[in-house]
Amino acid sequence: MLKPSKGWVSLNLGDLWRYRELVYFLTWRDILVRYKQTLLGAAWAIINPLMQMVVFNFLFGNMANISTGDIPRPVFTFAALLPWNLFSNAIGNAGRSLVTNRNMITKVYFPRLVVPISSVFGGLVDFMIAFVILLGMMVYYQVQFTSTVWALLPFILLVLVASLGVGLWLSAWNLHYRDVRYFIPFMTQFWMLATPIAYPLSEIPAQWQTLYSVNPMVAVAEGFRWALAGGSPVEPFALMSSIIISLILLVSGLFYFRRMERTFADTV
Amino acid sequence: MSDIVIKTEDLGKQYKIGAVINRSPTLRDSIMDMFRWPGRALRGELKSSTDMIWALQDVSFEVQRGQVIGVIGRNGAGKSTLLKILSRITEPSTGYARITGRVGSLLEVGTGFNQELTGRENIFLNGAILGMKRREITKKFDEIVEFSGVEKFIDTPVKRYSSGMYLRLAFSVAAHLEPEILVVDEVLAVGDAEFQRKCLGKMSDVAQEGRTVLFVSHNMSAVLRLTDEAIVLDRGKMVHRAPTQEAVEFYMSSGYSQTSERLWQESEIPASAHPFRPIAMRVIDPRGHSGDTMRSIEPLTIEMEYEIEEAIQGLRVGIYLLTIRGDLVFVSFDTDSPQEYDRFGTREPGRYISRCQIPADFFNEGQYVLGINASSYRVKRYFQDEHALTFSVDTMGAPGKQWPEVRMGTVRPRLNWQIEEQPF
Repeated sequence: MLKPSKGWVSLNLGDLWRYRELVYFLTWRDILVRYKQTLLGAAWAIINPLMQMVVFNFLFGNMANISTGDIPRPVFTFAALLPWNLFSNAIGNAGRSLVTNRNMITKVYFPRLVVPISSVFGGLVDFMIAFVILLGMMVYYQVQFTSTVWALLPFILLVLVASLGVGLWLSAWNLHYRDVRYFIPFMTQFWMLATPIAYPLSEIPAQWQTLYSVNPMVAVAEGFRWALAGGSPVEPFALMSSIIISLILLVSGLFYFRRMERTFADTV
Repeated sequence: MSDIVIKTEDLGKQYKIGAVINRSPTLRDSIMDMFRWPGRALRGELKSSTDMIWALQDVSFEVQRGQVIGVIGRNGAGKSTLLKILSRITEPSTGYARITGRVGSLLEVGTGFNQELTGRENIFLNGAILGMKRREITKKFDEIVEFSGVEKFIDTPVKRYSSGMYLRLAFSVAAHLEPEILVVDEVLAVGDAEFQRKCLGKMSDVAQEGRTVLFVSHNMSAVLRLTDEAIVLDRGKMVHRAPTQEAVEFYMSSGYSQTSERLWQESEIPASAHPFRPIAMRVIDPRGHSGDTMRSIEPLTIEMEYEIEEAIQGLRVGIYLLTIRGDLVFVSFDTDSPQEYDRFGTREPGRYISRCQIPADFFNEGQYVLGINASSYRVKRYFQDEHALTFSVDTMGAPGKQWPEVRMGTVRPRLNWQIEEQPF
C-alpha cells in the first residue's frame, strides 16, 4: 500500500532488519573503497591519531603543562583520541552519506536508514587498527592492563549510539540545507575541544562540570582511560548523562530521519 | 486471493519547479522565510509561492498477475514518476497504489556500482542494493558472470572496463533478480545490438514464468514484442490503455506527425541543459517549405536552431534518425566534417543554426522520427530529446516504373549501379 504519509511515521524497524545484509555490504564497500583509493591505505588510520596526539601533547604538556596523573601522557591522550576519532569520523561520514549515495536513493528502494548506519560502522575498522597501536604504546610505556578492560565494549557502544544519533540529524539536514556540509567540520572541532582528550575532566572548574558533562563524549573519553589504564572511575553523573543524552539523540534522530525520509528522493 | 497485483487509484505526484531545481535550499532561505512568515514557519508550512507542477495526475489502473504491461509516452509524460512511485522510491502526493508481492525495480542498471571495486565485488554490492540476499547472489554468481561475458575481467576494477563491458555486467546482475513484480525503465536503450537482443530474450523468459512486468521504453519494437497491453501517458495523465498494437498506433498518431517543425518552450528545457538552449528543429524541402510530408526523390534539409548562453568547448549538436518503430537508423553530428570541427572547437555565446542535407533517394516510404542531442563528448550531455519531431516520406514520383514494389528495410537508398555486359 503506497500512499502519501502525513506527520510522524513509525520507525518500521522490521523493514530495516530485512535489509541488514545491505548494511553489511555498504559498510564493506566504504572500507574497501577507502583503502583502495588512498596511497597509504590503512596507514592513515594510524598516522591521523598519532599526529593529533603529538600536537596535543605539545600544546597541553609542554606549553600548558597540565598533569595527566599516573598515566604517561602519550597513552593518556591516545586512549581518548581513539573513541573521539571514531565519533567524529562517524558523524562526518553519516552526515554526508545521503548526498554521496544520492544515486542509489533516486533509483532503488531500501530503508534509507541503512545509509547512515553503515557509514557509522565503516569507522570501526580504523578504530581497530589504531587500537592495536594503542596496545603497543601501553606495552612500551609499561602501563599495567587493568581488569576493567571489558568496560571498553559498552563505551564503544555508547560512541556508536551517540554518533548515529548526531549523524541521523546531520544527514537529513544536509539534504535540505547543504550548508550542513560546511558546518560539520567546524562543529566537530569545537566539540573536540569541549571533550577531555588532552586534559582530565578534573581540570574543569567544579561549578562548570555539570554543564560540561552534558557532552556525551566526556564520559566516553574518561571511561576509555579508566578502562585501559585505571585511575579514578568516571563520575556517575557524567556517565548517566552521557547514556541518557546519547539515547535521546538516537531516538529523536531516528524519528526525525523517518519523517524527512519521504522527501529524500525528491530533494536530493 | 485476488489476482490483481497492482492497483492504483487517482495516483498523483506534484513537484515544485523553478528555483528549487537549480539549487538546494539553504539554511539562509529557511531563516529568511521564517522571518517573513513567522507563524507559517512554526506550523511547518514553509512552502512559499513556488510553482507546482503535476508530474502525474489521476492515474488509475489495475494489473493482473502475469501481465506484461508497456508504458509509453513522450519525455516528461510521467513514465518515470509512475515507476518511481510503484517502486517506493518516492511517495505519491495523492491517491494510492496497492501492490501485492515483492517489487524489483530497474530504473537504471548498475546502481551503486563503484569504479574502484572489481567486477566480482560490484556484483555482490549491486545485488544487495537491488534487494538480493547474499546467499542468492552466491548461488547465481557464476550464471551472472557467464551471462555478462566478462569472465576474464571479473577481478579487475570496473573503472578499467569499456562502457560496453560495464553495461553488460550491470545488466546481468539486474537480469537475475527474481521479484514477483518487475518494473523496468528504459534500460535497454544502451548497449550493443547483440546484447540488447539477449536482454530482451531474458526479459521474455521472465514474463513467461508468470511474473508481472511493467516496461517503459521508447523502443516501440521492444514494446510490441514484449508486452500484451500498454498504457499511454501524456503530460502526467493516462490517456489510453489497450492491447499493445492498438496503444502504439494511438500513441504514434497523437501528438506526433503534426508538423515537421518543433519549437521548444521554456518549460520543456531542463535546467541541466544550460548553457545550451534549443529553439527549433525543422525539416525543409528544396523549396524552403517545412511540411510534414517529404518526397523521397528530393533532398531534404534538417535544421536545428539553438542559442549558446556561455561558451562551450567541444560542443557537438546532432541528430538521431529513427524509424517510427523506434529503431535507430543513424546518428550524425554537426562537427563530423573536419572543417567544422576545427572551426568550432569552442562555441562562443550566440545564436546558431546547424544544418545538414540528406540526399535524394535515401528514405524509404513511411514515417521517421528525428531526435536531437547536444553534448561534449565524454564531458556532458547538455540536451537530448529522442523524439523531437516526426515526418513522413512519400515515394510518390519515385524514378519511374523501375521501383514497383515497397522495399523492405529502414532506408531505400539509390545506389550507383552499373551493369556490364561481358563478351563470351
